[in-house]
Amino acid sequence: MRSLGWTRLGWPALRLLLTVAIVLGVFGLFLWALGKDPIQAYRDTFRLNLLNPRGLAGVLARMAPLLLTALGVALPFRSGLINVGAEGQFLMGALAGTWAALNLPALPWGLHLALVLLAGMGGGALWAAIPGALRALGWVNETIATLLLNYLAPLVVGYFVFGPWRAPELAFYPQTPEFPASARLPLWFGTRLHLGFFLGLFFLLAYAYLVSRSRWGLELRAVGGNPEAARRLGLPVERWILAAMVLGGALAGLAGITEVAAVHARLKLDISPGYGFMGFLVNWLAFAHPVGILVMSFLLAFIASSGFTLQITQRLPYAAVNVLMALILFTVLAKPLAREVRR
Amino acid sequence: MGDTPVLRLVEITKRFPHVVANDRVSLELLPGEIHALLGENGAGKSTLVKIAYGFYQADSGEIYVHGKKVDISSPRDARRLGIGLVFQGFTLIPALTVAENVALFLAELPWVVRPRDLHRALREASRRYGLELDPATPVWQLSVGEQQRVELLKLLLANARILIFDEPTKVLVPHEVENLFRVFQGLREDGYSLIFITHKLREALTCADRITVMRQGRVVGTVRPGETSEEALLHMMFGERLGEVVRAAGREPGEPILELRGVCTKPVGTAPGLADVDLVVRAGEIVGVAGVSGNGQRELGDAILGLLRITRGKKLFLGEDATRWPPRRLIQKGVAFVPEDPLAMAVVPWFSVLENLGLLDPRRFSRLGGLGLDWAGVRAHLQAGFARLGLNPLPEQARAATLSGGNLQRLVLVRELSRPYHLVVGLYPTRGLDVRSANAVRQALLAAREEGKGVLLISEDLNELFSLSDRIVVMLRGRLVGEFRPEAANLTEVGRCMTGAGVGHA
Amino acid sequence: MNWFLSWISGAILYAAPILFPTLGEVVEQRTGMVNLGLEGLMLLGASVGFSVSFVTRNAWLGVLAAAGVGLVANLIYAGLVVHRRAHQLAAGLALMFFGIGMSALIGKPYVGQMAPGLPKYALAGSQSLLFRYDPLVYLAFLLAPLLWFLLFRTRFGLWLRAVGESPAIAYAAGVSPNAVRYFAAALAGTLAAVGGAHLSLGITGTWSEGMTAGRGFIAIALVIFSRWNPLRAIAGALLFGGAVVLQLQLQAQGVGISPFFLDMLPYVLTLLVLLVWGRGVRHVAPASLGRVYFGTE
Repeated sequence: MRSLGWTRLGWPALRLLLTVAIVLGVFGLFLWALGKDPIQAYRDTFRLNLLNPRGLAGVLARMAPLLLTALGVALPFRSGLINVGAEGQFLMGALAGTWAALNLPALPWGLHLALVLLAGMGGGALWAAIPGALRALGWVNETIATLLLNYLAPLVVGYFVFGPWRAPELAFYPQTPEFPASARLPLWFGTRLHLGFFLGLFFLLAYAYLVSRSRWGLELRAVGGNPEAARRLGLPVERWILAAMVLGGALAGLAGITEVAAVHARLKLDISPGYGFMGFLVNWLAFAHPVGILVMSFLLAFIASSGFTLQITQRLPYAAVNVLMALILFTVLAKPLAREVRR
Repeated sequence: MGDTPVLRLVEITKRFPHVVANDRVSLELLPGEIHALLGENGAGKSTLVKIAYGFYQADSGEIYVHGKKVDISSPRDARRLGIGLVFQGFTLIPALTVAENVALFLAELPWVVRPRDLHRALREASRRYGLELDPATPVWQLSVGEQQRVELLKLLLANARILIFDEPTKVLVPHEVENLFRVFQGLREDGYSLIFITHKLREALTCADRITVMRQGRVVGTVRPGETSEEALLHMMFGERLGEVVRAAGREPGEPILELRGVCTKPVGTAPGLADVDLVVRAGEIVGVAGVSGNGQRELGDAILGLLRITRGKKLFLGEDATRWPPRRLIQKGVAFVPEDPLAMAVVPWFSVLENLGLLDPRRFSRLGGLGLDWAGVRAHLQAGFARLGLNPLPEQARAATLSGGNLQRLVLVRELSRPYHLVVGLYPTRGLDVRSANAVRQALLAAREEGKGVLLISEDLNELFSLSDRIVVMLRGRLVGEFRPEAANLTEVGRCMTGAGVGHA
Repeated sequence: MNWFLSWISGAILYAAPILFPTLGEVVEQRTGMVNLGLEGLMLLGASVGFSVSFVTRNAWLGVLAAAGVGLVANLIYAGLVVHRRAHQLAAGLALMFFGIGMSALIGKPYVGQMAPGLPKYALAGSQSLLFRYDPLVYLAFLLAPLLWFLLFRTRFGLWLRAVGESPAIAYAAGVSPNAVRYFAAALAGTLAAVGGAHLSLGITGTWSEGMTAGRGFIAIALVIFSRWNPLRAIAGALLFGGAVVLQLQLQAQGVGISPFFLDMLPYVLTLLVLLVWGRGVRHVAPASLGRVYFGTE
């Protein structure tokens, strides 16, 4: 991809800043109309989330699931698939990882954790393999299938959390028992920053290199860019479609299990405030571009963190932050970046 | 015919981002005449008629209908003025029925549509104009000729008096063309005025009352068939003399490279499957495949390339049984493929020239089992390839989508023909190309033949087939129905064979 | 038998709030637009309908306000998609987030309150407590044949379908694809919001955050399930309503089936239906669905 060049990023960056400024203005009016003090609210938000190391660490921790789910959307996107199902893959990853965390016999710390993360990736991958296979066979469109599976996943998780895996000690709140220490992700510097963030960065770098420079990436993008030509060039189109979905699902699943293993330490129903959908939007805002994914996931992570700040300081419902996110999206969508989305 | 023109276009100019499609073009259509608009691809004919139909807006210029200046800013305006256009790719909606497709274009359709009434009205109308059609059939089930009838019916029922046809004969077989021209004559006698676009001289000379020739976005002149000649029209169309394809003397073909023995495939969609196809392509010969498109030629190409499953029969490549080989293996063993419309079938539009070339031959530039790619090797190969085929190199970072059709086809030639290979399959490789690029493709195919490769050339341009091929086989409904030697046959014989008028041989 | 009747009766009631958005989305998708924002629109409708009803003590004003807000909100989506040529899925998700957030803000003061609900009228001949519905239920089931007639028996319906199949050809036929799409979006927005309002005013009588529980997405699944046909949408909505009620009944009787399996029913069925129909049947989905129409120049 030529557009990887840093010189091309100046203008989009400026436009992004402008967008954020406009949106903050509009959202400020909202707050003002609700009888809040927007200046104070913004000051708190910035102070608590950006200027304070603990707050910043919290934002970075929230970036981890966004980076991974965005990559989980970006990879299939490059092969011409629209994966709206990162939300479901996230949950299934968390489910499979939880199984490994709770059921594997005692193992040394690193090994157990590695197996837990691998199981999470496997869970997401398997869940994504369903729409991947259906699409590769030409039976069901992957957008529709992933969308449907998003709503099956919480029901499957719900079955286990309410049923066989329910922790006996907390009868009033449906959740699994706590993970053993050997299945927890390390937190660093006494903050919420955890290994998941660095996993996210690692996979982002791997994605950036593999997609643009490797033979695999070239084939993957060829399948997305022109399946007819790819088939005539002898590329195994169906296998790539399945592979892209499975790999994407694995990354979204990894997002799920890291979130559980680092933040909640047990599986419950409300582990995702829509990380999968946010990942879709991150990828869309970034046009699957690695630098864009980094920037946009930071921005959305910051917004999500702000939601909690506003909840505490301004007594707004957490969901209010969705309005802020929607306003950003509306503004960006109103100024299309290209005639067509590039793969 | 001294009346006011029914349609007069004055000094029409239309620019697209990279090209001036119409440069101060003027055209007059007289009442009750058939007017041919002649020119090669890209001369601006389609753009001009689409402006008259309101599909595009001219940047400058004026339009008069029946002597009155009009403003046509949408197809709706055009139709209100009695102008109808039959597009090149039909404007029919496959999912809707014939009746619904026609109704969409009816000006005085009632707000509540009863299918039964609509069908009855349509059946009557189609009988009146001699265009047999079943109104209740979904359009995707119709043949191309039937679809054209629906298009015409649509215009007639919408009370269009000025009928414009954008390359109506392109998709028709010869006898269907004759039928169409008879319909044209009948319409003229009923007082309709017609414009039809073509790039075939003979059609313009036989059917039109007047011929306007366009070249590179401008009108070169308007003539009457009686007052001109093929020579003169050719000169108007192309300006200079064309580079002729030079052909080497015939020689004895060598060993068989590709053999098909009784090959059958399942039909896909409306296209026929292959039925008992026997075909041999030898080293150092060009085998031409003639036929009206949609008679199994694409299936033949796909079966050879391993994209279409062969249900019965055998395919041998260099003597090995290749019946079940996947495409990748055939490519590695030395099958090259030059399709029509490379942007759709051969390259990835977003990719640079370099990336598109890197897609060649799966393992060739791969490093670390796919984790890496030898970009320097790709670059070297690209430069060597252009040099070898005697073509001007293309900028390696240019995106494929920004290249012209001719340059794209050059890129495909470099990719496919500058590596070890034994067989080239050309699937309408010159379709839609400008004359110079088409000749470059033909030269490359002849060069391949000189080097002792086997060439299978699928084409619907009989002149091309006659000038390039050592043998011509004819396909009809998935079968090979005739075989000719170009030096011992003429166009008419092959043409008759293509339309099923007789099984031929020579 | 009694159990069976109350199941049917409940299924009809619970079918209504999903039938509204499904019908609207059938029309919207028939013009080539996929709207993932239905969930947000329903939530907006539920919260606006409830709060207006609470404040004015008139449930009908609530429904009306919800309809208006849904219409306007979906015009944002349509404006982005039609006018700014935005990516449909992204625009839909943006609308979803907008609806989730705004409804939470609007409804916050009314959590745990009761608002006047809609009046109920018995279905002809029914004496018991069963088969008594508010007028919106009757409206939903009446709308389906009306919209079917609109789509398949009127000139405007032909335009709608033509735009969904090929905006370029519709344009060539003198139809304005943009105007048709704005109309469809307005209708879909209105109906989705009314569906949401029916949930809060006709069924629960309360507002809670996220109370639509994914019905907006189920509606999209039902559109596919019904093969873009308003009459088949009735079957889909009844199926969904039946599953919801069955689950409620089983829970009430303490049957040991996890409710989660019943909840899965509509999704699994839809997927199976897609599997069966996905192969072979041609030209069912509108051909331009999800694509950006760039006009003629």
